[in-house]
Amino acid sequence: MTRGPHDIDALRARLDSTRGRQYWRSLESLAETAEFKEFLHREFPQNASEWLDPVGRRSFLKLMGASLALAGVSACTRQPTEAIVPYVRQPEELVPGKPLFYATAMPMSGAGMGLLVESHEGRPTKIEGNPDHPSSRGATDVFAQAAILGLYDPDRSQTLTNLGEIRPFGTFAGAARSILASQRPSQGVGIRILTETIASPTLAAQLRGLLAQYPRAKWVQWEPVGRHNGREGSRLAFGEYADAQYAIEKATVVLSLDADFLCAGAAGLKHARGFASRRRVEGDRTQANRLYAVESTPTSTGSRADHRLPLRPSEVEGFARALAAQLGVSAGAMPMVPDAAAQWIAPLVKDLQAHRGQSVVIAGEGQPPVVHALAHAMNDALGNVGATVVYTQTAEAQPMNQLSGLQELVGEMYAGTVEFLLILGGNPVYTAPADLNFAVAMQRVPVRAHLSLYEDETSALCQWHVPEAHFLEAWSDVRGDEGTVTIIQPLIAPLYGGKSAHEVIAAIADRERSGYELVREYWSRETGLSTQPPAPAPAPVAPTAGRGLAPANASQPAPAGNAARAVAGGQAAPAPQAVAAAPVPLVSPFDREWRKWLHDGLVPNTAFAPRTLLVAGNVAAAPVAGGLPASGRATGLEVVFRPDPGVYDGRFANNAWLQELPKALTKLTWDNAALVSPATAARLALVSGDLVELRQGGRTVRIPVWLAPGQAPDTLTLHLGYGRTRAGRAGNGTGFNVNPLRTTAALDILTGVELVKTGETYQLASTQDHWSLEGRNLVRVATAAQFAEDPQFARKMELQPINGLTMYGDFKNDGYAWGMTIDQNVCTGCNACVVACQAENNVPVVGKTQVLNGREMHWLRIDRYYTGDLENPDTYHQPMPCQQCENAPCEVVCPVNATVHSDEGLNDMVYNRCVGTRYCSNNCPYKVRRFNFLLYQDWNTPSLWLQRNPDVTVRSRGVMEKCTYCVQRINHARVAAKLDDRPIRDGEVVTACQSACPTEAIVFGNINDPNSRVARLKASSLNYSLLAELNSRPRTTYMAIVRNPNTDLEPAAASAAEEGA
Amino acid sequence: MAGSQEHPHDGAAGASEGALRMTPAVIAPGHTFESVTDKISGIVLTKRTPIGWFFGFAIAFAFLMLMNLTIGKLLLTGIGIWGNNVPVGWAFDIINFVWWIGIGHAGTLISAILLLFRQQWRTSINRFAEAMTLFAVACAAMFPLLHTGRPWLAAYWLLPYPNTMGLWPQFRSPLIWDVFAVTTYFTVSLLFWFTGLVPDMATLRDRAQSRAGRVIFGVLSLGWRGSARHWHRYEMAYLLLAGISTPLVLSVHSVVSFDFAVSVLPGWHSTIFPPYFVAGAIYSGFAMVMTLAIPLRKFYGLEDFITMRHIHNMTKIMLVTGMIVAYGYANEAFFAWYSANPYEGYMMSNRMTGPYGTLYWSLIAINAAMIQLFWFRRVRNNIGLLFVLSLLVNVGMWLERFIIIVTSLHRDFLPSSWDMYAPTRWDFAMFTGTIGLFLSLFFLFIRFLPAIAIFEMRTIVPQAKLQPEHHG
Repeated sequence: MTRGPHDIDALRARLDSTRGRQYWRSLESLAETAEFKEFLHREFPQNASEWLDPVGRRSFLKLMGASLALAGVSACTRQPTEAIVPYVRQPEELVPGKPLFYATAMPMSGAGMGLLVESHEGRPTKIEGNPDHPSSRGATDVFAQAAILGLYDPDRSQTLTNLGEIRPFGTFAGAARSILASQRPSQGVGIRILTETIASPTLAAQLRGLLAQYPRAKWVQWEPVGRHNGREGSRLAFGEYADAQYAIEKATVVLSLDADFLCAGAAGLKHARGFASRRRVEGDRTQANRLYAVESTPTSTGSRADHRLPLRPSEVEGFARALAAQLGVSAGAMPMVPDAAAQWIAPLVKDLQAHRGQSVVIAGEGQPPVVHALAHAMNDALGNVGATVVYTQTAEAQPMNQLSGLQELVGEMYAGTVEFLLILGGNPVYTAPADLNFAVAMQRVPVRAHLSLYEDETSALCQWHVPEAHFLEAWSDVRGDEGTVTIIQPLIAPLYGGKSAHEVIAAIADRERSGYELVREYWSRETGLSTQPPAPAPAPVAPTAGRGLAPANASQPAPAGNAARAVAGGQAAPAPQAVAAAPVPLVSPFDREWRKWLHDGLVPNTAFAPRTLLVAGNVAAAPVAGGLPASGRATGLEVVFRPDPGVYDGRFANNAWLQELPKALTKLTWDNAALVSPATAARLALVSGDLVELRQGGRTVRIPVWLAPGQAPDTLTLHLGYGRTRAGRAGNGTGFNVNPLRTTAALDILTGVELVKTGETYQLASTQDHWSLEGRNLVRVATAAQFAEDPQFARKMELQPINGLTMYGDFKNDGYAWGMTIDQNVCTGCNACVVACQAENNVPVVGKTQVLNGREMHWLRIDRYYTGDLENPDTYHQPMPCQQCENAPCEVVCPVNATVHSDEGLNDMVYNRCVGTRYCSNNCPYKVRRFNFLLYQDWNTPSLWLQRNPDVTVRSRGVMEKCTYCVQRINHARVAAKLDDRPIRDGEVVTACQSACPTEAIVFGNINDPNSRVARLKASSLNYSLLAELNSRPRTTYMAIVRNPNTDLEPAAASAAEEGA
Repeated sequence: MAGSQEHPHDGAAGASEGALRMTPAVIAPGHTFESVTDKISGIVLTKRTPIGWFFGFAIAFAFLMLMNLTIGKLLLTGIGIWGNNVPVGWAFDIINFVWWIGIGHAGTLISAILLLFRQQWRTSINRFAEAMTLFAVACAAMFPLLHTGRPWLAAYWLLPYPNTMGLWPQFRSPLIWDVFAVTTYFTVSLLFWFTGLVPDMATLRDRAQSRAGRVIFGVLSLGWRGSARHWHRYEMAYLLLAGISTPLVLSVHSVVSFDFAVSVLPGWHSTIFPPYFVAGAIYSGFAMVMTLAIPLRKFYGLEDFITMRHIHNMTKIMLVTGMIVAYGYANEAFFAWYSANPYEGYMMSNRMTGPYGTLYWSLIAINAAMIQLFWFRRVRNNIGLLFVLSLLVNVGMWLERFIIIVTSLHRDFLPSSWDMYAPTRWDFAMFTGTIGLFLSLFFLFIRFLPAIAIFEMRTIVPQAKLQPEHHG
């Protein structure tokens, strides 16, 4: 590099030598010169870019060398004195090394999920489901599992800014209050509050209170992946907003109309649990349920279906109408349905009618309102209402037509009538329908403020940005899907001084108040209980103690009801009653309840009561959706928009766990892609990774395609949430933003899309490239009839019986023998276990290039296999943790004894001893071992240190690692059991994957105990080992799959498959 | 065997027709004790280093520096700079290890086994073949260490040293057997090589012009005076070392093959590996001797000492061992079919028709088809062609190890974990770097040590036949 003059004085001198008009032109031209540019780019004008300069580098190296040489001299100095202050008074229940569990809930998209959060010395490390909460029953989904990483995300916004300048919260509140004051005469006509779907009773009450003060202000909700269609469908059917609660556990025949009800949405966990209860091996096999899935894009639900029918999204409505007509519902115009679908209708109707009151029809959120209305009508006609379907009020506090609300808001912003736009959460600039041009409209609003976890696309266009407190940092409350309220209690003081929406509303409407006060005040008012203690005022539990990392108050051990599920460490603390039973109970009536609510993680008796609703006579009078001739094929392709299984609508784009999580069916990481069926791809001459341009109505999106077996023909699935530009370091530049195609008219389904090949390709990182079983007996399947005929079918698929191979006899161990079974009948591939494992075991994230290189680190992966016709395959999920072989092939080949067998049958990894020859991985038939090829752990980001599980080693470079059966949890249980002088009870050790599993597919325990659940399952005839012929004798075994097909439909399905092929 | 039945041969270069039919001698006629000694020691003791030597050494040294750079990068960043992944945990690292170890086999075979079988023709090639063995084993030995995730620990944790923790290596692991096999082999080869050098060191000491030469060769010659007692002890030691080395020729590569054979992986788990690996090792070793001998005799004018006889014999050994290797390939395919094991069957069909099928068929083309050319005397007499063919044999044997290691690993039992392997530029840097190390050492060797055993050559000149033979 040449060195030019880059002294500011020299530049100034040059400027001084110019005069008048020339001066300005000269400034511009000056700015163009290399010298000036260099000056601009030199953030530290002295020595900053010396490194790139050969002469400068030499002197730099000289200096560095001298500094390093002399560095030893300074070694004689003393270390600076740092005070370590122990607890003067040990907080009650806090025993270092023993985690505590707090009940809380995660609000998302208008519903909450009940959680128990593990806290180590005041820092939350792991999220579990709350077994007492009706919507989670101890399970969690991937988002809840990954939320803990979101809390510690170093890219979260950390400061309140006004036009980029850091400001205190008081300044913002003052500015907002003065705007509100100026709006008071006009009754707030210029005030608009835009939120996500709110399911917090307190926040809704606050907002309603604010609207009462400013009657002409408006509150608009916008949820990009909301229940828009379901809401309007219920209005169509009943004339009012209502939620349908499905009791899947009572249903024998389930029909899904493009609904991913087992995995998506707030009720997914509940549905999955209910579905599994009728499917699992230990369940009553004679009463197995049967699932029919009609879907336009392959989903986890469809992968568990006994019959699956891929239909173009626009054809689902026609199918629903045809089916409804057969079931005696007046279904309006009768469109034509494709042959394959037509063949379905008669057997399906017969099956549904044979199970009146024991069936259920569920419409997917992506389907238009009329399909929802038809589903309600069909349930009504089948007598399911009151049996498998119950109607309640909505979990969201203020159901409204969000789309029209948003359209109206944008219209007003364009018109210039909005003076102050307060956006609480969400990222509407990124998520709003493209035709609204939300970003442009918003900039016509004089004052814009955004409360958000991240300084995102919306924040960038707002003058004020307020960092939001994470739900693990703030007080709030939320309703679960079925109405149960959970008080959200913080686990940690806000890391970055964030504020909750409660606090922001209070601060601008009234004065700054803590979320704690606001939530308590609301509930005290609701319940009518006094917060005043009866006796002389005690010190009420103060919000957050002085220490930054101390857990918030009301710390409770794991609730007694959770004893079976909670990890042992949390149980050793005294029971809550003992806490309350202080010498003089000076607790107010409200506090007595409040403490119980916090402890249990729910407010009792808040679940919604069933409502009786009458289905309107002619629900399907509305014309066929979008004016489509559903009978004929629309020209071009159809597109369905779906939330991404990992990053959802984009809110989790910076969550590296979710980015690297292989999506359930495509196994893609770090990107989204346009899913296309193999036949359509062949017709369009596409292969996976081809970059295409999708055009519709002047809007275009560039995205690579990915071949997805089971995708409906001529249908592309586009996942939302990618292509973020201001997501953070993990999320920026991943994937492709498909929102530009998503308009108000086509939020879910877009037709007439033109696909243009660009000729370019894009590399997509998938963790499983091979989808065929190659005829191997890895997944063993039979129909119910075959199983009844031959219950031993799984054993008979063994390649070679292994017996008496050893001269020495089997090793006997009389103590615990840990083992696991995985029931493939109920595994939906939802991935909750994978993220749970990652969170529990400090599993690092490696990034897209490393995934491309086959170096992902997940200890537990879910293998996905297809069999049958590619256009509509049978899909199987096979979770693959370490098999903990009794004759482990990995152990004999390790030259340094770094992987050895414990006397309880665990295949232990000794990280300290491992030198990393990778021979164990080569010799592992299941390839479950993971190697730290590079330094994958982030050792440098302090906020991430807090997340790590202190019971699990953080592995460094060059070391092999793998699933340990959560040995740290076994040891916790062992300590607890030894203290009580008793053996570890069955169910006391719950592995991370097991506790997250919504369908309880994973069972873990002591196989030496014949009464343990795992031992009973292993005795089942469906139980088999993978690759048993290698005599590795895995401790993890699998349950063969028993399908329950409709014999009337099976030949039809087969012929349909032939047609498609 | 025909070594003693010398054909009178005037050495006229034009008599090629005759040369085609006659078995050439192990040494060209007309040489005496003195001419042999002058010729060989002259290469070392000359003051004028050929310009070509500098040129060749500079290239080799540049690659050696590339290797150092790669090792530096490797230690700082981790073996993730290579293309290895899960499932392909071993790739270029172990391919190169096995390749180099295999090359190292020819030296001992020539030195020890041919010595015991009293094959006179070994005399002029054994010295540099042994040196080649040492350098190849040195190149090979780097890989097992550097391929580990934490070489700074692997460097001593793989050795059974007493320690306060009472920790020992895991003796059931073939990698530990490797450590013993390779270190034993290196040690014995070094001793064998050095023992053979002692009389020649004395010759050089006596003839060296410079003081430095006299001192250095003097020290290295260990006080050799050429007395009958010295010769007696030398002969005994050399014979004993040959006896010790002989089983090593078979054992080292057998043990290396256990790295694979002991595993459960289809394509590795095979009882044919030990003999098949040993044959492959000798095959590739002779190819490397040939690759080195042809330029050496050309540039240093050693055609009189390394004659067509040597070339022919090496070619024949390559033909025999190459066909054993080809038989091994056939056997692998046969057992894959005959065992009716679906995993073995898939492994074989994947080798042949899978993504690495081209490499498999290249390997077959070289190691099974191309070597059939060695049947033809016309081919065996074509030095230029032989040089190319010997290079191709080395390529073929490298491919064999690639096929065995990568194609077995990349698609094993569970189709879900199947993946592809692609080397990175650091993989190539490390590989070419070790070639640089090997050639650098070899260039230094031919410049500073007698590349052909002087005293042994003296035993095969006609002059020596006048005296009672004391050595075969």
